Amino acid sequence: MSIRTEQMTLNMGPQHPSTHGVFRLVLTIEGETIKHAEPVIGYLHRGSEKLAEGLLYTQFIPYTDRLDYLNAMTNNYIYCAGVEELLEWEIPERAEYLRVLVMELNRIASHLVWWGTFMLDLGALSPFLYAFRDRDLILDRLNEISGARMTFNYVRIGGVKWDAPDGWIERVKETVKEVRENIKEYDTLVTGNEIFQARTIGVGKISQKEAINWGLSGPIARGSGIRFDLRKEEPYSIYDRFDFDIPTFQEGDVYARYKTRIAEMHESLKIIEQACEQIPEGEIIHKKGKRIMMIKPPAGEVYKRCEASKGEIGVYIVSNGKTQPYRVKLRRPSFVNVQILQELLIDEPIANLVAIFGSLDVVLGEVDA
Amino acid sequence: MSQELLERIVSRIENIQGEGAVLEASLNFSKPMITLDTSNWTPQIAQLLHDDPELKFNFLSCLTGMDYEEHMEVIYNFHSIPHNYYLYVKVKTAREKPTVHSVQPIWKTADWLERETYDLLGIEFPGHYNLKRILLPDDWEGHPLRKDYVTDKKALGLD
Repeated sequence: MSIRTEQMTLNMGPQHPSTHGVFRLVLTIEGETIKHAEPVIGYLHRGSEKLAEGLLYTQFIPYTDRLDYLNAMTNNYIYCAGVEELLEWEIPERAEYLRVLVMELNRIASHLVWWGTFMLDLGALSPFLYAFRDRDLILDRLNEISGARMTFNYVRIGGVKWDAPDGWIERVKETVKEVRENIKEYDTLVTGNEIFQARTIGVGKISQKEAINWGLSGPIARGSGIRFDLRKEEPYSIYDRFDFDIPTFQEGDVYARYKTRIAEMHESLKIIEQACEQIPEGEIIHKKGKRIMMIKPPAGEVYKRCEASKGEIGVYIVSNGKTQPYRVKLRRPSFVNVQILQELLIDEPIANLVAIFGSLDVVLGEVDA
Repeated sequence: MSQELLERIVSRIENIQGEGAVLEASLNFSKPMITLDTSNWTPQIAQLLHDDPELKFNFLSCLTGMDYEEHMEVIYNFHSIPHNYYLYVKVKTAREKPTVHSVQPIWKTADWLERETYDLLGIEFPGHYNLKRILLPDDWEGHPLRKDYVTDKKALGLD
Protein backbone atom coordinates (compact mmCIF):
# COMPACT_ATOMS: atom_id res chain seq x y z
CA MET A 1 0.00 0.00 0.00
CA SER A 2 1.38 3.39 -0.91
CA ILE A 3 1.03 6.41 1.28
CA ARG A 4 -0.37 9.48 -0.38
CA THR A 5 1.93 12.46 -0.09
CA GLU A 6 1.49 16.02 -1.24
CA GLN A 7 3.40 19.28 -1.32
CA MET A 8 2.65 21.90 1.26
CA THR A 9 2.99 25.67 1.20
CA LEU A 10 4.64 27.20 4.22
CA ASN A 11 4.97 30.87 5.00
CA MET A 12 8.07 31.93 6.85
CA GLY A 13 7.57 35.49 8.05
CA PRO A 14 6.92 38.36 7.56
CA GLN A 15 7.24 38.25 11.34
CA HIS A 16 9.87 35.68 12.18
CA PRO A 17 12.75 36.05 14.64
CA SER A 18 15.45 34.85 12.28
CA THR A 19 14.54 37.08 9.34
CA HIS A 20 16.05 40.09 11.16
CA GLY A 21 13.37 42.43 10.01
CA VAL A 22 10.24 42.01 8.00
CA PHE A 23 10.90 39.45 5.32
CA ARG A 24 8.66 36.71 4.01
CA LEU A 25 9.58 33.47 2.31
CA VAL A 26 6.86 31.44 0.63
CA LEU A 27 8.12 27.87 0.66
CA THR A 28 6.75 24.82 -1.08
CA ILE A 29 7.90 21.78 0.81
CA GLU A 30 7.78 18.08 0.22
CA GLY A 31 8.22 16.43 3.57
CA GLU A 32 11.28 18.16 4.97
CA THR A 33 12.69 19.25 1.61
CA ILE A 34 12.25 22.67 0.09
CA LYS A 35 11.07 22.48 -3.53
CA HIS A 36 10.35 26.11 -4.24
CA ALA A 37 11.15 29.34 -2.44
CA GLU A 38 9.87 32.80 -3.20
CA PRO A 39 11.15 35.75 -1.18
CA VAL A 40 8.60 38.52 -0.71
CA ILE A 41 9.95 41.93 0.24
CA GLY A 42 8.85 45.54 0.42
CA TYR A 43 7.39 45.59 3.92
CA LEU A 44 9.88 48.26 4.99
CA HIS A 45 9.85 50.26 1.76
CA ARG A 46 10.06 53.97 2.57
CA GLY A 47 10.65 55.34 -0.91
CA SER A 48 14.15 56.63 -0.14
CA GLU A 49 14.96 57.28 -3.79
CA LYS A 50 11.76 59.25 -4.26
CA LEU A 51 12.41 61.26 -1.10
CA ALA A 52 15.89 62.19 -2.37
CA GLU A 53 14.37 64.03 -5.32
CA GLY A 54 12.59 66.43 -2.99
CA LEU A 55 15.52 67.22 -0.69
CA LEU A 56 18.63 69.36 -0.90
CA TYR A 57 21.77 67.32 -1.50
CA THR A 58 22.98 67.49 2.06
CA GLN A 59 19.55 66.80 3.55
CA PHE A 60 19.53 63.27 2.17
CA ILE A 61 22.49 62.06 4.26
CA PRO A 62 20.41 61.08 7.34
CA TYR A 63 18.16 58.95 5.11
CA THR A 64 21.15 56.87 4.07
CA ASP A 65 21.73 56.01 7.74
CA ARG A 66 18.50 54.09 7.66
CA LEU A 67 19.28 51.79 4.75
CA ASP A 68 21.72 49.36 6.30
CA TYR A 69 21.45 50.69 9.82
CA LEU A 70 24.25 48.39 11.01
CA ASN A 71 26.75 49.96 8.65
CA ALA A 72 25.57 53.55 8.41
CA MET A 73 29.01 55.15 8.10
CA THR A 74 29.65 53.52 4.75
CA ASN A 75 26.20 54.52 3.52
CA ASN A 76 26.90 58.13 4.52
CA TYR A 77 30.26 57.95 2.84
CA ILE A 78 29.20 56.56 -0.51
CA TYR A 79 26.44 59.10 -0.98
CA CYS A 80 28.79 61.98 -0.11
CA ALA A 81 31.55 60.51 -2.28
CA GLY A 82 29.14 60.40 -5.22
CA VAL A 83 28.24 64.07 -4.82
CA GLU A 84 31.91 64.99 -4.33
CA GLU A 85 32.77 63.24 -7.58
CA LEU A 86 30.26 65.44 -9.40
CA LEU A 87 31.66 68.51 -7.65
CA GLU A 88 35.25 67.37 -8.30
CA TRP A 89 36.38 68.36 -4.84
CA GLU A 90 39.63 67.46 -3.13
CA ILE A 91 38.92 66.22 0.38
CA PRO A 92 41.31 67.21 3.22
CA GLU A 93 43.56 64.36 4.31
CA ARG A 94 42.52 64.35 7.94
CA ALA A 95 38.89 64.00 6.89
CA GLU A 96 39.72 60.98 4.74
CA TYR A 97 41.55 59.36 7.66
CA LEU A 98 38.64 59.98 9.99
CA ARG A 99 36.30 58.49 7.38
CA VAL A 100 38.40 55.36 7.06
CA LEU A 101 38.62 55.02 10.84
CA VAL A 102 34.86 55.23 11.39
CA MET A 103 34.05 53.06 8.36
CA GLU A 104 36.34 50.27 9.49
CA LEU A 105 35.13 50.49 13.09
CA ASN A 106 31.63 50.29 11.74
CA ARG A 107 32.45 47.31 9.55
CA ILE A 108 33.61 45.39 12.62
CA ALA A 109 30.51 46.41 14.58
CA SER A 110 28.36 45.21 11.68
CA HIS A 111 30.17 41.88 11.43
CA LEU A 112 29.81 41.46 15.20
CA VAL A 113 26.04 41.86 15.00
CA TRP A 114 26.05 39.33 12.19
CA TRP A 115 28.16 36.89 14.19
CA GLY A 116 26.00 37.17 17.28
CA THR A 117 22.66 36.88 15.53
CA PHE A 118 23.85 34.15 13.20
CA MET A 119 24.82 32.02 16.18
CA LEU A 120 21.52 32.90 17.81
CA ASP A 121 19.73 31.61 14.71
CA LEU A 122 21.63 28.37 15.00
CA GLY A 123 20.49 28.04 18.59
CA ALA A 124 23.52 29.27 20.53
CA LEU A 125 22.62 32.11 22.86
CA SER A 126 25.87 33.04 24.58
CA PRO A 127 27.88 34.15 21.48
CA PHE A 128 25.28 36.87 21.04
CA LEU A 129 26.23 38.30 24.44
CA TYR A 130 29.95 38.20 23.63
CA ALA A 131 29.34 39.89 20.29
CA PHE A 132 27.32 42.70 21.81
CA ARG A 133 29.88 43.21 24.56
CA ASP A 134 32.53 43.89 21.92
CA ARG A 135 30.26 45.84 19.64
CA ASP A 136 29.50 48.18 22.50
CA LEU A 137 33.17 49.06 22.85
CA ILE A 138 33.13 50.15 19.22
CA LEU A 139 29.81 51.95 19.42
CA ASP A 140 31.18 53.97 22.35
CA ARG A 141 34.02 55.21 20.14
CA LEU A 142 31.61 56.02 17.31
CA ASN A 143 29.31 57.75 19.76
CA GLU A 144 32.16 59.91 21.03
CA ILE A 145 33.01 61.15 17.57
CA SER A 146 29.56 61.45 15.99
CA GLY A 147 27.11 61.77 18.86
CA ALA A 148 25.08 58.75 17.83
CA ARG A 149 25.31 55.00 18.22
CA MET A 150 23.70 53.83 14.99
CA THR A 151 22.31 56.60 12.81
CA PHE A 152 25.46 58.69 12.69
CA ASN A 153 24.94 61.33 9.99
CA TYR A 154 28.68 61.92 10.42
CA VAL A 155 30.22 61.96 6.96
CA ARG A 156 29.36 65.17 5.12
CA ILE A 157 29.79 66.37 1.57
CA GLY A 158 33.37 67.62 1.57
CA GLY A 159 34.57 65.93 4.75
CA VAL A 160 33.20 64.99 8.15
CA LYS A 161 31.09 66.85 10.68
CA TRP A 162 33.24 66.72 13.82
CA ASP A 163 36.93 66.39 14.52
CA ALA A 164 38.02 63.61 16.87
CA PRO A 165 37.67 64.69 20.51
CA ASP A 166 40.75 64.85 22.77
CA GLY A 167 42.29 61.45 23.35
CA TRP A 168 39.99 59.71 20.90
CA ILE A 169 42.75 58.25 18.75
CA GLU A 170 44.40 56.82 21.87
CA ARG A 171 41.13 55.27 22.97
CA VAL A 172 40.62 53.75 19.53
CA LYS A 173 44.03 52.10 19.81
CA GLU A 174 43.01 50.64 23.18
CA THR A 175 39.74 49.40 21.70
CA VAL A 176 41.57 47.74 18.81
CA LYS A 177 43.73 45.78 21.26
CA GLU A 178 40.77 44.74 23.34
CA VAL A 179 38.60 43.73 20.40
CA ARG A 180 41.43 41.78 18.79
CA GLU A 181 41.89 39.70 21.92
CA ASN A 182 38.17 39.16 22.23
CA ILE A 183 37.71 38.05 18.62
CA LYS A 184 40.34 35.38 19.16
CA GLU A 185 38.04 34.03 21.85
CA TYR A 186 35.38 33.45 19.20
CA ASP A 187 37.52 30.83 17.52
CA THR A 188 37.83 28.84 20.71
CA LEU A 189 34.17 29.35 21.47
CA VAL A 190 32.55 28.60 18.11
CA THR A 191 34.75 28.11 15.04
CA GLY A 192 36.10 24.72 16.05
CA ASN A 193 32.88 23.48 17.59
CA GLU A 194 31.83 20.16 16.14
CA ILE A 195 28.10 20.79 16.16
CA PHE A 196 28.59 24.18 14.55
CA GLN A 197 30.75 22.67 11.83
CA ALA A 198 28.27 19.89 11.19
CA ARG A 199 25.59 22.49 10.55
CA THR A 200 27.65 24.72 8.29
CA ILE A 201 30.31 22.79 6.37
CA GLY A 202 29.08 21.85 2.91
CA VAL A 203 25.75 23.63 3.46
CA GLY A 204 24.42 26.27 1.05
CA LYS A 205 27.20 26.01 -1.50
CA ILE A 206 27.57 28.81 -4.04
CA SER A 207 29.97 28.24 -6.91
CA GLN A 208 32.27 30.98 -8.12
CA LYS A 209 30.45 31.23 -11.43
CA GLU A 210 27.04 31.48 -9.81
CA ALA A 211 28.25 34.10 -7.37
CA ILE A 212 29.39 36.36 -10.21
CA ASN A 213 26.28 35.73 -12.28
CA TRP A 214 24.01 36.61 -9.36
CA GLY A 215 26.02 39.77 -8.74
CA LEU A 216 27.07 38.71 -5.26
CA SER A 217 29.73 40.81 -3.62
CA GLY A 218 31.46 41.27 -0.29
CA PRO A 219 32.11 38.37 2.08
CA ILE A 220 29.67 36.11 0.20
CA ALA A 221 31.64 36.39 -3.04
CA ARG A 222 34.94 36.08 -1.19
CA GLY A 223 33.64 32.99 0.57
CA SER A 224 33.11 31.52 -2.92
CA GLY A 225 36.69 32.06 -3.97
CA ILE A 226 36.37 35.42 -5.71
CA ARG A 227 39.24 37.59 -4.60
CA PHE A 228 37.46 40.85 -5.09
CA ASP A 229 37.34 43.77 -2.73
CA LEU A 230 36.70 47.30 -3.94
CA ARG A 231 39.07 48.67 -1.30
CA LYS A 232 41.85 46.97 -3.27
CA GLU A 233 40.46 46.80 -6.81
CA GLU A 234 39.27 50.38 -7.07
CA PRO A 235 40.91 52.07 -4.08
CA TYR A 236 38.63 54.90 -3.03
CA SER A 237 39.27 57.39 -0.26
CA ILE A 238 42.83 56.56 0.93
CA TYR A 239 42.67 52.76 1.08
CA ASP A 240 45.75 52.45 -1.13
CA ARG A 241 47.86 53.65 1.81
CA PHE A 242 47.19 50.67 4.04
CA ASP A 243 48.61 47.23 4.14
CA PHE A 244 45.91 44.57 4.48
CA ASP A 245 44.80 41.29 2.95
CA ILE A 246 41.59 40.19 1.30
CA PRO A 247 40.58 36.98 3.10
CA THR A 248 39.23 34.55 0.50
CA PHE A 249 37.99 31.01 0.92
CA GLN A 250 37.29 28.56 -1.87
CA GLU A 251 34.56 26.31 -0.47
CA GLY A 252 31.55 28.58 -1.03
CA ASP A 253 29.56 27.13 1.86
CA VAL A 254 28.11 28.68 4.99
CA TYR A 255 31.30 27.90 6.91
CA ALA A 256 33.47 29.67 4.32
CA ARG A 257 31.35 32.80 4.58
CA TYR A 258 31.66 32.58 8.35
CA LYS A 259 35.45 32.33 8.18
CA THR A 260 35.65 35.20 5.69
CA ARG A 261 33.88 37.58 8.03
CA ILE A 262 35.92 36.57 11.07
CA ALA A 263 39.15 37.06 9.10
CA GLU A 264 37.88 40.37 7.76
CA MET A 265 37.47 41.76 11.24
CA HIS A 266 41.17 41.16 11.87
CA GLU A 267 42.03 42.95 8.61
CA SER A 268 39.87 45.93 9.57
CA LEU A 269 41.67 46.13 12.90
CA LYS A 270 44.96 46.29 11.00
CA ILE A 271 43.69 49.17 8.86
CA ILE A 272 42.48 51.05 11.94
CA GLU A 273 45.85 50.69 13.65
CA GLN A 274 47.69 52.02 10.60
CA ALA A 275 45.26 54.89 10.21
CA CYS A 276 45.75 55.83 13.88
CA GLU A 277 49.48 56.02 13.31
CA GLN A 278 49.31 57.98 10.05
CA ILE A 279 46.53 60.47 10.73
CA PRO A 280 47.74 64.05 10.15
CA GLU A 281 46.52 67.29 11.70
CA GLY A 282 44.53 69.68 9.56
CA GLU A 283 41.15 70.65 8.20
CA ILE A 284 38.28 68.18 8.42
CA ILE A 285 36.06 69.58 5.70
CA HIS A 286 36.49 71.20 2.27
CA LYS A 287 36.42 74.99 2.51
CA LYS A 288 33.15 75.14 0.61
CA GLY A 289 31.70 72.28 2.63
CA LYS A 290 30.83 74.41 5.63
CA ARG A 291 28.13 76.32 3.79
CA ILE A 292 26.65 73.53 1.81
CA MET A 293 22.89 73.91 1.88
CA MET A 294 22.37 75.50 -1.53
CA ILE A 295 25.17 73.61 -3.28
CA LYS A 296 24.61 72.96 -7.00
CA PRO A 297 26.77 70.21 -8.48
CA PRO A 298 27.35 70.74 -12.21
CA ALA A 299 24.99 68.82 -14.49
CA GLY A 300 26.18 65.26 -15.00
CA GLU A 301 25.88 61.76 -13.71
CA VAL A 302 28.09 59.29 -11.95
CA TYR A 303 28.00 55.80 -10.48
CA LYS A 304 30.17 55.50 -7.42
CA ARG A 305 30.66 52.33 -5.44
CA CYS A 306 32.55 51.11 -2.41
CA GLU A 307 32.90 48.12 -0.15
CA ALA A 308 30.30 47.97 2.63
CA SER A 309 30.18 45.20 5.21
CA LYS A 310 27.55 43.41 3.09
CA GLY A 311 29.19 43.92 -0.29
CA GLU A 312 29.19 46.50 -3.03
CA ILE A 313 27.17 49.58 -2.14
CA GLY A 314 26.71 52.13 -4.88
CA VAL A 315 24.93 55.34 -5.75
CA TYR A 316 23.95 56.59 -9.17
CA ILE A 317 23.46 60.33 -8.93
CA VAL A 318 22.12 62.50 -11.73
CA SER A 319 22.41 66.25 -11.31
CA ASN A 320 20.76 68.80 -13.57
CA GLY A 321 22.61 71.69 -11.96
CA LYS A 322 19.91 72.52 -9.43
CA THR A 323 19.94 72.35 -5.63
CA GLN A 324 18.16 68.99 -5.50
CA PRO A 325 19.31 65.77 -7.15
CA TYR A 326 17.42 64.86 -10.33
CA ARG A 327 17.63 61.19 -9.46
CA VAL A 328 19.42 59.09 -6.85
CA LYS A 329 19.62 55.35 -7.32
CA LEU A 330 20.87 53.31 -4.40
CA ARG A 331 22.51 49.98 -5.18
CA ARG A 332 22.03 48.12 -1.93
CA PRO A 333 24.14 44.97 -1.50
CA SER A 334 21.56 43.11 0.61
CA PHE A 335 18.88 43.64 -2.04
CA VAL A 336 21.05 42.06 -4.69
CA ASN A 337 22.47 39.31 -2.46
CA VAL A 338 19.18 38.02 -1.09
CA GLN A 339 17.86 37.14 -4.58
CA ILE A 340 19.93 33.99 -4.69
CA LEU A 341 17.73 32.37 -2.04
CA GLN A 342 15.30 31.44 -4.83
CA GLU A 343 17.89 29.05 -6.18
CA LEU A 344 20.02 28.28 -3.16
CA LEU A 345 17.25 26.81 -1.03
CA ILE A 346 16.00 24.30 -3.58
CA ASP A 347 16.36 20.70 -2.38
CA GLU A 348 17.75 21.79 0.97
CA PRO A 349 16.14 20.44 4.13
CA ILE A 350 14.15 22.98 6.12
CA ALA A 351 16.62 22.61 8.99
CA ASN A 352 19.32 24.26 6.85
CA LEU A 353 17.21 27.25 5.85
CA VAL A 354 18.06 29.47 8.79
CA ALA A 355 21.79 28.67 8.54
CA ILE A 356 21.82 29.57 4.84
CA PHE A 357 19.76 32.70 5.19
CA GLY A 358 21.81 33.85 8.18
CA SER A 359 25.05 33.34 6.29
CA LEU A 360 23.99 35.90 3.68
CA ASP A 361 23.96 38.67 6.32
CA VAL A 362 20.92 40.52 5.05
CA VAL A 363 19.60 43.73 6.58
CA LEU A 364 16.00 44.36 5.59
CA GLY A 365 16.20 48.12 5.95
CA GLU A 366 18.55 47.98 3.02
CA VAL A 367 16.63 45.42 0.99
CA ASP A 368 13.49 47.52 1.03
CA ALA A 369 15.03 51.01 0.98
CA MET B 1 43.23 52.60 -21.99
CA SER B 2 39.62 53.58 -21.46
CA GLN B 3 39.49 55.38 -24.81
CA GLU B 4 40.82 52.28 -26.55
CA LEU B 5 38.29 50.06 -24.77
CA LEU B 6 35.49 52.43 -25.73
CA GLU B 7 36.45 52.26 -29.41
CA ARG B 8 36.68 48.50 -29.29
CA ILE B 9 33.21 48.17 -27.78
CA VAL B 10 31.68 50.58 -30.28
CA SER B 11 33.17 48.73 -33.24
CA ARG B 12 32.02 45.33 -31.91
CA ILE B 13 28.47 46.60 -31.55
CA GLU B 14 28.40 48.39 -34.90
CA ASN B 15 29.71 45.28 -36.63
CA ILE B 16 26.50 43.55 -35.65
CA GLN B 17 23.91 46.33 -35.52
CA GLY B 18 25.29 48.49 -38.31
CA GLU B 19 26.94 51.89 -38.54
CA GLY B 20 25.44 54.49 -36.21
CA ALA B 21 23.95 51.98 -33.77
CA VAL B 22 25.85 53.60 -30.92
CA LEU B 23 24.25 57.01 -30.50
CA GLU B 24 26.88 58.43 -28.19
CA ALA B 25 30.21 57.20 -26.91
CA SER B 26 32.22 59.15 -24.39
CA LEU B 27 34.22 58.92 -21.20
CA ASN B 28 32.24 59.74 -18.09
CA PHE B 29 34.66 60.51 -15.22
CA SER B 30 37.23 58.51 -17.22
CA LYS B 31 34.97 55.46 -17.56
CA PRO B 32 33.58 54.39 -20.95
CA MET B 33 29.91 55.19 -21.51
CA ILE B 34 27.79 54.31 -24.54
CA THR B 35 24.22 55.17 -25.45
CA LEU B 36 22.05 52.91 -27.59
CA ASP B 37 18.49 52.94 -28.79
CA THR B 38 16.34 50.19 -27.32
CA SER B 39 15.96 48.61 -30.79
CA ASN B 40 19.72 48.03 -30.88
CA TRP B 41 19.95 46.64 -27.34
CA THR B 42 19.29 43.05 -28.37
CA PRO B 43 19.99 39.87 -26.41
CA GLN B 44 22.78 39.24 -28.93
CA ILE B 45 24.56 42.47 -27.99
CA ALA B 46 24.16 41.79 -24.29
CA GLN B 47 25.51 38.28 -24.79
CA LEU B 48 28.45 39.72 -26.71
CA LEU B 49 29.39 41.98 -23.79
CA HIS B 50 29.16 39.00 -21.47
CA ASP B 51 30.98 36.39 -23.57
CA ASP B 52 33.51 38.16 -25.78
CA PRO B 53 36.92 37.00 -24.52
CA GLU B 54 38.31 40.53 -24.81
CA LEU B 55 35.44 42.10 -22.88
CA LYS B 56 33.94 39.56 -20.46
CA PHE B 57 31.61 41.91 -18.63
CA ASN B 58 30.50 39.14 -16.32
CA PHE B 59 29.46 41.26 -13.34
CA LEU B 60 26.37 43.46 -13.55
CA SER B 61 27.09 45.97 -10.88
CA CYS B 62 24.00 48.14 -11.06
CA LEU B 63 20.90 48.52 -13.20
CA THR B 64 18.67 51.52 -12.96
CA GLY B 65 16.05 53.53 -14.81
CA MET B 66 15.74 57.27 -15.38
CA ASP B 67 12.85 59.42 -16.46
CA TYR B 68 14.22 62.32 -18.51
CA GLU B 69 10.72 63.67 -19.29
CA GLU B 70 11.29 63.53 -23.06
CA HIS B 71 12.45 59.92 -23.00
CA MET B 72 13.37 57.21 -20.55
CA GLU B 73 16.61 55.37 -20.05
CA VAL B 74 17.78 52.16 -18.52
CA ILE B 75 21.37 52.35 -17.35
CA TYR B 76 23.63 49.36 -16.82
CA ASN B 77 26.93 49.45 -14.96
CA PHE B 78 29.04 46.52 -16.01
CA HIS B 79 32.28 45.33 -14.56
CA SER B 80 34.62 42.82 -16.10
CA ILE B 81 36.28 40.96 -13.25
CA PRO B 82 38.87 39.15 -15.43
CA HIS B 83 40.04 42.34 -17.20
CA ASN B 84 39.05 44.93 -14.59
CA TYR B 85 37.13 46.95 -17.20
CA TYR B 86 34.21 49.14 -16.46
CA LEU B 87 31.34 50.21 -18.70
CA TYR B 88 28.17 52.30 -18.59
CA VAL B 89 25.49 51.32 -21.09
CA LYS B 90 22.55 53.68 -21.47
CA VAL B 91 19.54 52.41 -23.39
CA LYS B 92 17.06 55.01 -24.60
CA THR B 93 13.39 54.24 -24.90
CA ALA B 94 10.23 56.24 -25.58
CA ARG B 95 8.24 57.57 -22.67
CA GLU B 96 5.02 56.04 -23.98
CA LYS B 97 5.21 52.29 -23.38
CA PRO B 98 8.90 52.22 -22.43
CA THR B 99 10.36 48.84 -23.32
CA VAL B 100 13.87 47.48 -22.98
CA HIS B 101 14.86 43.90 -23.62
CA SER B 102 15.54 41.95 -20.44
CA VAL B 103 19.07 40.84 -19.59
CA GLN B 104 17.87 38.62 -16.76
CA PRO B 105 18.62 35.38 -18.69
CA ILE B 106 22.26 36.51 -19.02
CA TRP B 107 22.93 38.20 -15.67
CA LYS B 108 20.72 36.80 -12.94
CA THR B 109 21.46 39.94 -10.93
CA ALA B 110 19.00 41.69 -13.21
CA ASP B 111 16.10 39.62 -11.88
CA TRP B 112 15.14 41.91 -9.02
CA LEU B 113 16.82 45.04 -10.37
CA GLU B 114 14.57 44.90 -13.46
CA ARG B 115 11.54 44.22 -11.30
CA GLU B 116 12.43 47.23 -9.17
CA THR B 117 12.85 49.43 -12.26
CA TYR B 118 9.51 48.20 -13.57
CA ASP B 119 7.88 48.82 -10.21
CA LEU B 120 9.16 52.36 -9.70
CA LEU B 121 9.33 53.63 -13.30
CA GLY B 122 7.02 51.41 -15.31
CA ILE B 123 9.62 50.25 -17.82
CA GLU B 124 8.73 46.88 -19.35
CA PHE B 125 11.39 44.21 -19.79
CA PRO B 126 10.24 41.59 -22.31
CA GLY B 127 12.11 38.33 -21.77
CA HIS B 128 11.97 38.53 -17.97
CA TYR B 129 10.31 35.41 -16.55
CA ASN B 130 8.54 37.05 -13.64
CA LEU B 131 8.08 40.77 -14.18
CA LYS B 132 5.87 42.05 -11.38
CA ARG B 133 6.02 44.64 -8.63
CA ILE B 134 8.56 44.04 -5.92
CA LEU B 135 8.73 46.90 -3.42
CA LEU B 136 5.23 48.34 -3.72
CA PRO B 137 2.02 46.37 -3.14
CA ASP B 138 0.58 44.60 -6.20
CA ASP B 139 -2.46 46.91 -6.33
CA TRP B 140 -0.44 50.14 -6.28
CA GLU B 141 -1.39 52.59 -9.03
CA GLY B 142 1.29 54.35 -11.05
CA HIS B 143 5.06 54.39 -10.84
CA PRO B 144 6.41 56.84 -8.24
CA LEU B 145 9.75 57.71 -9.80
CA ARG B 146 8.18 58.95 -13.02
CA LYS B 147 8.41 62.72 -13.06
CA ASP B 148 4.69 63.13 -13.76
CA TYR B 149 3.66 60.98 -10.81
CA VAL B 150 1.21 62.75 -8.51
CA THR B 151 1.45 61.73 -4.87
CA ASP B 152 -2.02 61.02 -3.54
CA LYS B 153 -1.55 62.60 -0.14
CA LYS B 154 -5.05 61.74 1.01
CA ALA B 155 -4.59 58.04 0.32
CA LEU B 156 -1.31 58.09 2.24
CA GLY B 157 -2.91 59.85 5.19
CA LEU B 158 -0.72 62.95 4.80
CA ASP B 159 -3.50 65.41 4.11
